Amino acid sequence: MTRQTVDLRPNGQPPVPRPRPVAQVLMRPQVIALAAVLGVNWLLFPGFFSITWQDGRLFGSLIDVLNRGAPVAILAIGMTMVIATKGVDLSVGAVMAISGAVAATLVSAGVSAPVAVLAALAAGLLCGLWNGVLVTVLEIQPIIATLVLMVAGRGVAQLITEGTIVTFSDPVLIFIGTGAFLGLPMPVVIALVLMVAATLIVRRTALGLLIEAVGVNRSAARFAGLSAGAFLVAVYAFAGVCAAIAGLIVAGDIRGADANNAGLWLELDAILAVVIGGTSLLGGRFSIPMAVLGAIIIQAMNTGILISGFSPEFNLVVKAAVIVAILILQSPHAALLVRRLRGLQSGAGK
Amino acid sequence: MNRSLRPLLATTLIFLLAYLLAVTQQPAMLSTRVLGNFLTDNAFLGIAAVGMTFVILSGGIDLSVGAVIGFTTVLIAVLIMWLDLHPLLAFAIALGVATGFGAVMGAAIHYLRVPSFIVTLAGMFLARGGASVLSPDSIGIDHAFYKVIQKSYVLLPGGGRLTVVGMIMLAVFAVAILLAHRTRFGSNVYALGGSETSAALMGVPVARTTIGIYALSGFLAGLSGVVFSLYTSAGYSLNALGVELDAIAAVVIGGTLLTGGYGFVAGTFIGVMLQGLVQTYIVFDGTLSSWWTKIVVGALLFMFILLQRLVFRAGPRRT
Repeated sequence: MTRQTVDLRPNGQPPVPRPRPVAQVLMRPQVIALAAVLGVNWLLFPGFFSITWQDGRLFGSLIDVLNRGAPVAILAIGMTMVIATKGVDLSVGAVMAISGAVAATLVSAGVSAPVAVLAALAAGLLCGLWNGVLVTVLEIQPIIATLVLMVAGRGVAQLITEGTIVTFSDPVLIFIGTGAFLGLPMPVVIALVLMVAATLIVRRTALGLLIEAVGVNRSAARFAGLSAGAFLVAVYAFAGVCAAIAGLIVAGDIRGADANNAGLWLELDAILAVVIGGTSLLGGRFSIPMAVLGAIIIQAMNTGILISGFSPEFNLVVKAAVIVAILILQSPHAALLVRRLRGLQSGAGK
Repeated sequence: MNRSLRPLLATTLIFLLAYLLAVTQQPAMLSTRVLGNFLTDNAFLGIAAVGMTFVILSGGIDLSVGAVIGFTTVLIAVLIMWLDLHPLLAFAIALGVATGFGAVMGAAIHYLRVPSFIVTLAGMFLARGGASVLSPDSIGIDHAFYKVIQKSYVLLPGGGRLTVVGMIMLAVFAVAILLAHRTRFGSNVYALGGSETSAALMGVPVARTTIGIYALSGFLAGLSGVVFSLYTSAGYSLNALGVELDAIAAVVIGGTLLTGGYGFVAGTFIGVMLQGLVQTYIVFDGTLSSWWTKIVVGALLFMFILLQRLVFRAGPRRT
């Protein structure tokens, strides 16, 4: 069946991308952008690339960029899939707060850490299922459907923590946020494993193709025999679990659950990361590794602005400029211009 | 009964029921004082929600509203306190900037053919960032004009106070209702929300209307910033954080269809009042914590979305 649905892809690529030459991957605009941002950071702070080995783990600004970028990268993995189905999930920040609150409250009530972690992940799954049902069964626009949980979610998280910041000293939860595995910080390891697993599952099976099919045209996908509804629910549930993982990392990092500030506005960073990664907001084409790269670019910019001595708020202006640049590059007019510059016939463009 | 009036009627009915219920619990809530404070405390939200109503009627969304309010308060504070301009001149400049900002976003949405969601997200970052670049700290406004405005009010029977800020909101709603239902621009907004393609074929000037809608939303966000500035006497870059979400919630609770093309400005007014009622009740009760506001508003939002789906079951589906 998967072979027959190939035509649903807008550009007619084969469903399983062949390994590309390294040079082609390095020429991607995202890779060039990351190199440029890192280069600027290096000019501002000559010790930027120095990495040292200490106490059984790596230390350095570069490692720090990866570590700080991990929560957004994990959110971006889930968000990529949601956006590929022509949706968006605004609730991930609130879900992070809920998962942190669940884990912290359970652990401080004496529950063992693995159970608390599982409960937090289950809470994320439940939130994701709720979003999925709203989008599929009730056919509510994804922006608005997830807005409900974005508004109410923080209230629920505060209800769980009873309005306080619940602190804990459980070694397992703290290890998730600050520990190290094979010298790499735990958040980076988790993000890496999640990225590789998600990419393999999506690209080595027909799943990615089916998600793209639903995103490009849901009705057509349904007529082609896909149970589009089930796919959508699963995708939102996955995004919820990703948010729960990110919430655990943030809670472990600060050794407490802050229902007000955990994951605040991170949904917007995650969407930005996905857009930088080249996934179309109109559904269809998507790339998980590129979205993760987008999250790292955002964090590298954050770090660069911090070490250059600008106020952190300046970040927002830079982010806005980045979005505008991407929008202009992605717009049909820009494509038309490029086509004209290349001297090709421009009948198809609008 | 006219089928299309049903959501508006349902909202009004639920507001009255909720108010009645609140009064049976807290009899003190039945007074014009409380009603007057309703209008004053929610004036900035109401004005912003009117702009959001037009945007949602046209099938779009504007996430920059809260950030533009924050930016306006900072700009006004800077103009008055640092440059010694008269507040009225500062208001005019700030409204001009906010309107222009909205118009540029509208132009970007139309000409770059990108979803309003992402353009206004960039606008949100830009306005918040711009505000904190202007001044990262809160600037207090100390001006005779502010004191006069803050002290003037119309006494309602029963001791309630209708403040200038509250009157501005009522005036905005009145003008907006006329604009939506009695002008060509209003009809064009509804047409655009119904279907952009059909609207264009019918001869609706799509470019001009889209830019007009976002300019209007920007102008009203700016006006909301003026009101916020009068209300708090301060300019701060983090003012009105998340107000866009409250405004969207008010519009939806007011019965406007999220897919565009259907709704009433008057419904938004009730949506704002319903949110104000939840907040006031929680303050009156005293034992409930403030986070219940978020949960109740979320639940209301969900309920009304559900209601819309039931009412419009037979109507056109989104693709």
